[in-house]
Amino acid sequence: MVKVKVEFLGGLDVIFDKERTHKVTVAADAGSDVTMGDLIDYIVDNMIKNSNDRCVFIENDNIRPGILTLINDTDWELEGEKEYVLEDGDVVSFTSTLHGG
Amino acid sequence: MNLEDRKELEALRKENAELKRKLGVQKFQNDELAMSLEEFKRYGRQMIVETFGGVDGQLKLRNAKVLIIGAGGLGCPCLPYLAGAGIGHIGIVDNDVVDTSNLHRQVLHSSNSVGKLKCDSAKEFLQKLNPHVEVTTYPVRLSHANCFGIFTGYDYVLDCTDTPLTRYLISDVAVCLGMTVVSASGLGYEGQLSILNFKSMGPCYRCFYPAPPSPSNVSSCQEGGVIGPCIGLVGIMMAVETIKLIMGVYTEENFEPFLLQYSGFPHQTLRRFKMRGRKPNCISCGPDSTVNRAAILAGGINYELFCGKRNYDVCKPEERITVEEFEKAYMSQEGLDYTLLDVRPHHHYDISHLPNTFNITVKELRDMDGNMDLLKRHIPKLTDRSEVLVMCRYGNDSQLATKLLKDEFKISTVRDIRGGLFKYIDEINPSLPKY
Repeated sequence: MVKVKVEFLGGLDVIFDKERTHKVTVAADAGSDVTMGDLIDYIVDNMIKNSNDRCVFIENDNIRPGILTLINDTDWELEGEKEYVLEDGDVVSFTSTLHGG
Repeated sequence: MNLEDRKELEALRKENAELKRKLGVQKFQNDELAMSLEEFKRYGRQMIVETFGGVDGQLKLRNAKVLIIGAGGLGCPCLPYLAGAGIGHIGIVDNDVVDTSNLHRQVLHSSNSVGKLKCDSAKEFLQKLNPHVEVTTYPVRLSHANCFGIFTGYDYVLDCTDTPLTRYLISDVAVCLGMTVVSASGLGYEGQLSILNFKSMGPCYRCFYPAPPSPSNVSSCQEGGVIGPCIGLVGIMMAVETIKLIMGVYTEENFEPFLLQYSGFPHQTLRRFKMRGRKPNCISCGPDSTVNRAAILAGGINYELFCGKRNYDVCKPEERITVEEFEKAYMSQEGLDYTLLDVRPHHHYDISHLPNTFNITVKELRDMDGNMDLLKRHIPKLTDRSEVLVMCRYGNDSQLATKLLKDEFKISTVRDIRGGLFKYIDEINPSLPKY
């Protein structure tokens, strides 16, 4: 079991009851790790209330292009992406890329 | 000569000598001075900030050439600080004209400049602010054909545009020319800022976003709205980054790719995300780049196709009526039995709407999955034989809703009002508020 903070920024909160930050507890089998991949599955299965909204977050089983994923304020590409093993207290942020100017 | 006269003469001689000395010193100094005395005074307050580097720092700014693409919500707050600081040459690219709806955030333009080219209005403001700055305007839409000609000769480029398409183009051209880009964007109460292709070693826009977002996930300020000072702060931060780049604060050794994320609500926060470096397989800045100068110039990089376009044209001609037909056959008639459905977001509807309308958004309709009972909770008298007219703001969403009502809810007579509420206001009833 791991307890993390999850943030949805750049307007992504619209599909999460308009709440930008969520405290999330992800369960795991005894002795096994909880990875970013597990967290994303958890978010899709449990946190997106309206299944029609899944495409806002996920495209072809991956985070949709145009969404940046950060682990403790660092681009998740530098942290192993879906393989990253979450620890209690980690802050995971998803932010939509903005285009207005 | 009495004593008084002698004293006066002595005093005048002294004064004369002092004046001659001052004049001599000034003459000597002016020959050596890098700037006029007026410039010393004008830039004094920034030159005495120790890290700025005094006169040398000022001369760096004076020798710099900065190109700003977009004189809108980001460009407007950024430009006066660059001109005020004494950037020697500023270029502004914008083919748009000032609209009243721009004024709450595009603060270089005034109510008097509505209808004027934004780049002309901006130039006028900047020249009044600082006559030492040379301002060049380009009242054109940036394209693959004109970008190299415009970019060449500038040291830095500031991306203040509003679509993914131009963002990819600006980054690609900057990579080809070895230019560093200060890139920012904003929407609602949030903004993002980053430095791209820093000294041809930092990541480019394509490293961050190898795949473009689907057009349905791209929202403009016109569509999603924007709080003026929130995007304004991001524009001002662009000016800070530009000045730092020119001063040489960032070096090959200390530069780390980043993305600043500003949020104005609920608490104001500024986060600095540590970002990836260059992607080795990047098609723009990588070693096997296919997005090169020749390909861009020849139109071989199809930005339109790459970024895609939303397809709103989903209705047949007979499924649509004009605002004139709508007025004549429906609005001006008494006792007709039809349903007028406005599919704009509720907070838009609350600003202004026509009488006797129902307000259900396209998303809400879609989420009903064609269930007539759910729809009847909002419009009790509705049946599949009802006559329904659909409108939105500009006539795009209403087409999607028309198709949904026909295909999913099996309502036989549904028509889209072409051009939506705003067209109706323009053509039929200008006394209603547009926003």
